Amino acid sequence: MFTCKEYRKVKTLEEAWELNQKRSNQLIGGMLWVKMGQRSVQTVIDLSDLGLDQIEETEEEFSIGCMATLRQLELHEGLNVYTQGAVRESVRHIVGVQFRNLATVGGSIFGRFGFSDVLTMFLAMDTYVELYKGGVVPLARFVEMKRDRDILVRVIVKKGNGRFAYQSMRNTKTDFPVLAVAVSAAGDRLRISVGARPARAMLLTVSSEKICDAAAEVCRAAGQILSGEGTEDDAVLIGAYVSQSVPTGSNLRGSAQYRSHLVQVLVKRACLETGGKAAEQR
Amino acid sequence: MKTVNQPLRKKDAMQLLTGQPVYVNDLAPDNCLIVKLLRSPHPNAIIEEIKTDTAKKVPGIEAVFTWEDVPQDGPRFTLAGQTYPEPSPQDRLVLDRHVRFIGDPVAIVAGRDEKCVNRALRMIKVKYQVLEPVLDFRTAKDNPVLVHPEDNWEALCPVGADNKRNLCAHDECGNGDVEAVLGDCDIVLDRTYHTKAVQQTMMETFRTFCTIDTYGRLHVVSSTQIVFHCRRIIAKALGIPKSKVRVEKTRVGGGFGAKQTAVIEIYPAFVTWKTKKPSKLIFSRKETQTASSPRHEMEVRVRLGAMNDGRIRAIDMYTLSNTGAYGEHGPTTVGLSGHKSIPLYGKAEAFRFISDVVYTNEMSAGAYRGYGATQGLYAVETTVNELADILHMNPVALREQNIVKEGDFMPAYYGETNTSCALDRCIARVKEMIGWDEKYPCRDMGNGKVRAVGMGLAMQGSCISGVDVGSASLKMNDEGFYTLRIGAADMGTGCDTILAQIAAEVLECDYDDITVFGADTDASPYDSGSYASSTTFVTGKATERAALRLREQICALGAQLLSCEEDQVVFDGEYVICEATGKKVSRMDIATASMCGNEIALEAVETHSSPTSPPPFMAGAVELEVDLETGGVEVIQYAAAVDCGTPINPNLGRIQAEGGIVQGIGMVLSEDITYKGGKVLENSLMQYKIPTRLDMGRIHVEFESSYEHQGPFGAKSIGEVVINTPLPAITAAIHNATGIWFRELPITPEQIVMRRMEQNA
Amino acid sequence: MNISMILNGKKIQADIDPDMLLIDFVRSQNCPSVKRGCETANCGLCTVFLDDRPVLSCSVLAARADGRKVTTLEGLQEEAYEFGQFIADQGAEQCGFCNPGFVMNAIALFRENPDPGVEEIKEYLSGNLCRCSGYEGQLRGILAFLEWKKGGKQS
Repeated sequence: MFTCKEYRKVKTLEEAWELNQKRSNQLIGGMLWVKMGQRSVQTVIDLSDLGLDQIEETEEEFSIGCMATLRQLELHEGLNVYTQGAVRESVRHIVGVQFRNLATVGGSIFGRFGFSDVLTMFLAMDTYVELYKGGVVPLARFVEMKRDRDILVRVIVKKGNGRFAYQSMRNTKTDFPVLAVAVSAAGDRLRISVGARPARAMLLTVSSEKICDAAAEVCRAAGQILSGEGTEDDAVLIGAYVSQSVPTGSNLRGSAQYRSHLVQVLVKRACLETGGKAAEQR
Repeated sequence: MKTVNQPLRKKDAMQLLTGQPVYVNDLAPDNCLIVKLLRSPHPNAIIEEIKTDTAKKVPGIEAVFTWEDVPQDGPRFTLAGQTYPEPSPQDRLVLDRHVRFIGDPVAIVAGRDEKCVNRALRMIKVKYQVLEPVLDFRTAKDNPVLVHPEDNWEALCPVGADNKRNLCAHDECGNGDVEAVLGDCDIVLDRTYHTKAVQQTMMETFRTFCTIDTYGRLHVVSSTQIVFHCRRIIAKALGIPKSKVRVEKTRVGGGFGAKQTAVIEIYPAFVTWKTKKPSKLIFSRKETQTASSPRHEMEVRVRLGAMNDGRIRAIDMYTLSNTGAYGEHGPTTVGLSGHKSIPLYGKAEAFRFISDVVYTNEMSAGAYRGYGATQGLYAVETTVNELADILHMNPVALREQNIVKEGDFMPAYYGETNTSCALDRCIARVKEMIGWDEKYPCRDMGNGKVRAVGMGLAMQGSCISGVDVGSASLKMNDEGFYTLRIGAADMGTGCDTILAQIAAEVLECDYDDITVFGADTDASPYDSGSYASSTTFVTGKATERAALRLREQICALGAQLLSCEEDQVVFDGEYVICEATGKKVSRMDIATASMCGNEIALEAVETHSSPTSPPPFMAGAVELEVDLETGGVEVIQYAAAVDCGTPINPNLGRIQAEGGIVQGIGMVLSEDITYKGGKVLENSLMQYKIPTRLDMGRIHVEFESSYEHQGPFGAKSIGEVVINTPLPAITAAIHNATGIWFRELPITPEQIVMRRMEQNA
Repeated sequence: MNISMILNGKKIQADIDPDMLLIDFVRSQNCPSVKRGCETANCGLCTVFLDDRPVLSCSVLAARADGRKVTTLEGLQEEAYEFGQFIADQGAEQCGFCNPGFVMNAIALFRENPDPGVEEIKEYLSGNLCRCSGYEGQLRGILAFLEWKKGGKQS
């Protein structure tokens, strides 16, 4: 049972940050995971009053406050037009509407949970996190950083001319993913993020130019996907490459072997969705 | 019929839908001590030392009880809600020095609030002598490690139990020479199937509160299906006379058999009896998942002999059942695995059914809707589907050729005769509903997706023949309304309403004129409780008879008021009319007269028990889509036709069927139980995945009714039979989509992918 | 600590422990319709509206609801009754334990999307578990209710 001795709705980020430096204190987002834990906390720190629950869209970017909920992501028109619905697809399977009305973007990203659909989706986009002390950091770097006591204030998604797709496999419809894949196709590269491996999501970039680790035929296949002319064979090549490159593990929901198989299948499908020949018809 | 066979609203429906406080935790007094249990972290251990002094000093703590507070050499008992003497062995103590599974209670703590009780729980220091556990039910029998080595273990019934062999039960029975017939068959299939200890997962976890009543007796208020059995179990557990115990049920937030075991009641009862203070215990979902009364894990081996033309001639079954650490419902569930599956194929010349039920150091099993029949039917029906596949016969045709018919003698069904049966019509109807002929066996949908169909049959019972007792008391009150008192338990199933419909039909009144009271051991007439699919069939018959008796009493008083002979009057529900004079007296006036200078009781009690248990039947068929690349299975639709005799309330019958089907779908596709070192990993609703409304497709249920003369208005049962068909139907459909037979449940996407890889390699 | 909120239209004040959960708070404030079915935010039984949005009250600190508007089924009796009749006409309430959360979230759905299709209904309510009904009867009831709302006939 989670317990705390004090609850503080902070007035400034500085106040939150100072409180958060004490190990016995706990910053809360939606509180879904914190509440399930057994921690005895001194002070709970709530950012609800700081106006950080907005999703703002400009010509260049989306700026998502850390207290925005997953349900807001799901319903945000601009974000879903921009991602062709991939953002909605990435969150709509998560438990239920009532859960998603609580779970926050900040909590999901800061937690760097292995099972996180949100992290998987945002990794595939050109995403940055704004840390209160640490400044703006690319998400891909943030996920590698050691967990510290800074505060994630915003998530920023830079716009480009991307196409996006999100694919996940779940044993039941609202369960954690056994595997999740997000793909963005923009410019000369595919950004492919693989989540629920079950370790936390990792990002792979496949370029149409031979600047990545992939073999020439994989780069050529990526080029086809990027130009919207990808065939099933092209997608299979990329799927196989990603599957070989991404380590997987086992847990209650699936074995490493099954997950590696799913990486191949879901990457293939996501690639076809973003740049398959038949994509127009969908 | 005016009220029977009508889709009337459940009497409590609007109270439930508007969220009124009618459940245990809504009704518990505010001053209850909060009770929690310290549970064993070891699957098999002896408590060497237990220190509670610091725990007792936590402010707010009222009491901490351990095995030292419970005579270890006293009589043991079972928590199974069964008629005495229970077939389940007497193998429990309230707190036992020897703990036998991870989660077995070690101490009971009672205190002012949850926080102080949690603190106290952490302060209890226990030193265990850790013993080697028995964790594989296949090696449990005659294992040198004994789960119940104690001398005061006792089996009250001759069920073949032997605690010195880890045997909770053993049985052998049969008819004809199975080996000879099998030897004479063109084809003999030998198949073994495995099902897990899945959870009922009712939405309301186990909960009970207790108080001391005006007379100093223990008043237990619980979410239970079995008030009378609870009274007996609690009295025995506490070593007090039954007269000192009163058990009452509230609304029950789902049972499905879970609450046919007194999983929780003895602990707050112990606290309140010792402290004389009110107490309550509410199981967490984790406790409900890990220390409760799930389905018995079973391994069922079927040898089925047939001729090349599809004639099924013999079934030989061996069931190994895992009862876990304690024997609740062990000896009886296993029986149904054979006795309620083999009789489906009534033309067979011979059968044999052998069973072993073994103790292990895992969570104790209990009663779950289907009660062993589910596991047996899964095995037999899948074997029959496999036979159809091997013989290249349509599974529908194979069944039409072999199924049991009305009037058939059923040697494997306790030697009873099939007195009512529309199974043939159920099959024909389901075939139409699902579009079998167009869809069997499968269609390639492109994109690596294949749609397929599969089917399965089921039967169950309508009571435990010659054992279950149902009673009803009906009385006429002021203004002429009636009160029906029962000891059966409405756990959402709607039996309060169904029994009122039966009474209203006989009394020719509106069902709103009948109020229902149940169940309370002090006030209800005796009823074994709501389980074994018995309430409509047994208590329903008692209700019908009580209503008939009450009619006679109304006529007697009416005749007296009309100054004529009893045999001269008729009662039409509103008036008692003297046929000779045409004079009449209203129900209301009779009620008024009954309260003044009257000596004719307007109250009737009837008790009923049935020597036979007419089986309900069902056919089910699924259409599903397998994503061959991911292994994902999507149920598109499920069609089912049920023969429950006359459906007393077609709406409630339909919901029973739909709910059972979705539980069955969960058991095949997602509900898994895995143990690691004796610990259940699926210990929450986050890990134990029951179907959501996105996981079940669409369901269509229709009735194909036979008429059962022994039941009230032709009714049989429906509560349990409905869970059984999805197991074989979905297993067969997955085979039809993938070419692979899966013989263990659940069938997960991973298994589908991996088996296909093996096959393609 | 002291909190105040509008609970079912009434302003209330209370002194609470900072770690009290909203579910336990509203139950203590005579709103026993709110039920707990799990500890892992999976069952949907504890659904309440926080500023008119459906949330899981098992996962919200009561302190967090300070100064906000909280609605339970006790505050939606008319709507619950109007809609509930259609579920009752299917017999799909069954044991009733999931009903308050289900009815709350169905009301939230109708407010957000007055004319949902079958898939939209299923998706919106997928976080409301029910073990008795098999969901199909609940769906029939919802569809009949929507039909009635549109001026069609009661089923």
